Amino acid sequence: MSTIATPLTSRPQAWVLPDRGKVAMASLIIAESAIFTIFVVAYLFYVGKSLTGPTPREVLEVPIFFTICLLSSSITIHYAGKFLEHGKHGAFLILWLLTIVLGGLFIFGTGLEWHRLIYERGLSISTNLFGTTYYSLVGLHAFHVTVGLIMLSLVAVFALAGRVGAEQSWRVEVLSMYWHFVDAVWVVVFTVVYIVGR
Amino acid sequence: MSSNVMAIPNVQVGSGTWLEILHGWVTTVDHKRLGILYILYALIFLVVGGIEAMIMRIQLIRPHNDFVSPQVFNRMFTMHGTTMIFFVAMPLLFGFANYLVPLMIGARDMAFPRLNSFSFWLTALGGFLLYFSFLGGSGLYGTGNAPDVGWWSYAPLGAQAFSPGHSSDYWTLALLASGFGSIGTAINLIATILCMRCPGMKLGRMPLLPWLYLVMAGMVLIALTPLSAAQIMLLIDRYLGGHFFDTQAGGSAVLWMHFFWIFGHPEVYILIIPSFAFLSEIVPVFSRKPIFGYPVMVGAAVCIAFVSMSVWAHHIFTIGMSSYANAFFTITSMTVGVPTGIKIFNWLATMWGGRIQFKTPMLFCIGFLFQFLIAGLTGIMLAAAPFDWQLSLSYFVVAHFHYVIVGGILFSVFGAFYYWYPKMTGRMLSERLGKWHFWLFLIGFHLTFDTMHFPGLLGMPRRIYTYEPGRGWDTMNLIITYGALIQAMAILIFVWNLVGSYFKGTKAGNDPWDAWTLEWSVSSPPPAYNFATIPVVESRRPLWDLKHPEDPDSRYE
Repeated sequence: MSTIATPLTSRPQAWVLPDRGKVAMASLIIAESAIFTIFVVAYLFYVGKSLTGPTPREVLEVPIFFTICLLSSSITIHYAGKFLEHGKHGAFLILWLLTIVLGGLFIFGTGLEWHRLIYERGLSISTNLFGTTYYSLVGLHAFHVTVGLIMLSLVAVFALAGRVGAEQSWRVEVLSMYWHFVDAVWVVVFTVVYIVGR
Repeated sequence: MSSNVMAIPNVQVGSGTWLEILHGWVTTVDHKRLGILYILYALIFLVVGGIEAMIMRIQLIRPHNDFVSPQVFNRMFTMHGTTMIFFVAMPLLFGFANYLVPLMIGARDMAFPRLNSFSFWLTALGGFLLYFSFLGGSGLYGTGNAPDVGWWSYAPLGAQAFSPGHSSDYWTLALLASGFGSIGTAINLIATILCMRCPGMKLGRMPLLPWLYLVMAGMVLIALTPLSAAQIMLLIDRYLGGHFFDTQAGGSAVLWMHFFWIFGHPEVYILIIPSFAFLSEIVPVFSRKPIFGYPVMVGAAVCIAFVSMSVWAHHIFTIGMSSYANAFFTITSMTVGVPTGIKIFNWLATMWGGRIQFKTPMLFCIGFLFQFLIAGLTGIMLAAAPFDWQLSLSYFVVAHFHYVIVGGILFSVFGAFYYWYPKMTGRMLSERLGKWHFWLFLIGFHLTFDTMHFPGLLGMPRRIYTYEPGRGWDTMNLIITYGALIQAMAILIFVWNLVGSYFKGTKAGNDPWDAWTLEWSVSSPPPAYNFATIPVVESRRPLWDLKHPEDPDSRYE
């Protein structure tokens, strides 16, 4: 058999397919959403079902400042990406590092809250049903923030070494999708844990 | 032929030492090699899972048999179920996907070759962990080794108090590892199918196999992840003293059931949709007609995927849900029958008026059609809540889902083996041995699983290690075991055929079946780069266009 391309010569004019990085990240986000959904369902199902204290109302304090930190990091990473696309490296680097600082502050806030809960309020993951669901849901999210921070820092290292240019912006865009997802999940977790569950 | 082979300068193609060959296979990122690794890995576990099934059947051949102890019997059914679903069916189907999808869409590899390799080795690690439990499961406690709590590990049986030692941990970790592997492959498949198609291959021109794998991969993303989430919760319960499924602390055992079956039922469709994919490729070729109702086939698959997400609770009617929940899950479960029926009619319509060639792949597909229909009918019976209350957890259920998995999925996979083996190895499988394999397996299958419905109707519960004589179950169990032996013989013939034909089979050539999709345009086995020049397609059957330039498909699409 001769080559398959011969009789079919009329190559379609514009053959543009979606970017595989974005498609893969979107797929990962769908999968992660399903995992978070299960944990959220478990949390909501168990609200008020703990047989012993402490209860959420007694011990939880709404982390407004750190929530603002995390949510605003979505804005900084968005504009960082825009600046990179237009080749403004300095502005990109500043906003990117700011994103890392804001994400780091959020993780620090989670750490503070957990320290307070464990050492002052005596709530650990095995204390009661609330502790189990709380630490696993918030912890699952914090784990995702941590993974995101590690990847953001990798990009920052490369950027400081001068290796991240406008031609890499489609790659940075994929990471930025993940970060937006992590922020969006926090909106859900915040609502469930600190508003509905309290 | 000539222009399909690319000469690469300065690259020595040829076999090195054994160590170099082994190194090449272990470090490969080539989708074809990974596909074959998946398939070989699954075949090894098919034999292992089959031996476990035989041990159970020998134990049940007569009442009060003492071939194995009750404890060993529990381990056997747990390991058999887990192995067959996670380490046979999933890797087999992913193996075929890996091998075929890039070839069929005219790509040189998957979208992420290294992710592909990573996913395979994660799955392999999962299988290793599961079987390592035979050695390491007893831990420090001396409490039995392999997991023995059933393949769904219902709470609180899976909790530390009721399954001490490490056996359940190996089960959990094995499923987590293979689950993440499956998610990786699913992401890879979606990215490949959406982003790597050759010029001209619009979604509406894609062969049905990649289409159905796209649906299947989407389902893996949504349905396999709840299992991973539930396994994480189980690990938290077992290791960190959590209370998710601990009823003494207010937790709920029923929640585990829901989480497990939110995965468990769509999983059946994750497995059966690739079977549909095989049929949609094989039936047209051996009927010498294009597939009937291409858009409807795609639509029906998407429809099945959607509906199957909302049927899970028909597995747990007996825990006592509200009448509204019962009605809802009965209706949704029955609804799945509609798109599935459309698919069966479409295959029949493809065969109708065609010049059917009864080669071995086609025989297995026809077997699939009959058996899958019957499996669907018993499925409709079990979907009715009152009927299910009577027969849930009986051998009727065992017969039903083995009809789906063996009579449906395994038959179509055998068909796929006979159809694509020439492409993978360059040699034809023996038709004579293939016919022996088909008929022996068919007879064994029906002896075992047709008969198995009746002890179920007579009240024989599943998962019992022995039974009292004189309940009318004795003869039937004898027949079931004999049927299993015949199936085992057929599998031996199959393995013999696979090995023997690799060395002595007749040369296949590029296109032994006179088929129409792109994988048959390259040599068998295909070169590492698949296509020397990326093909351009103008219809759903590019090779038809090539063979019949006077009457190409593109004129009608």
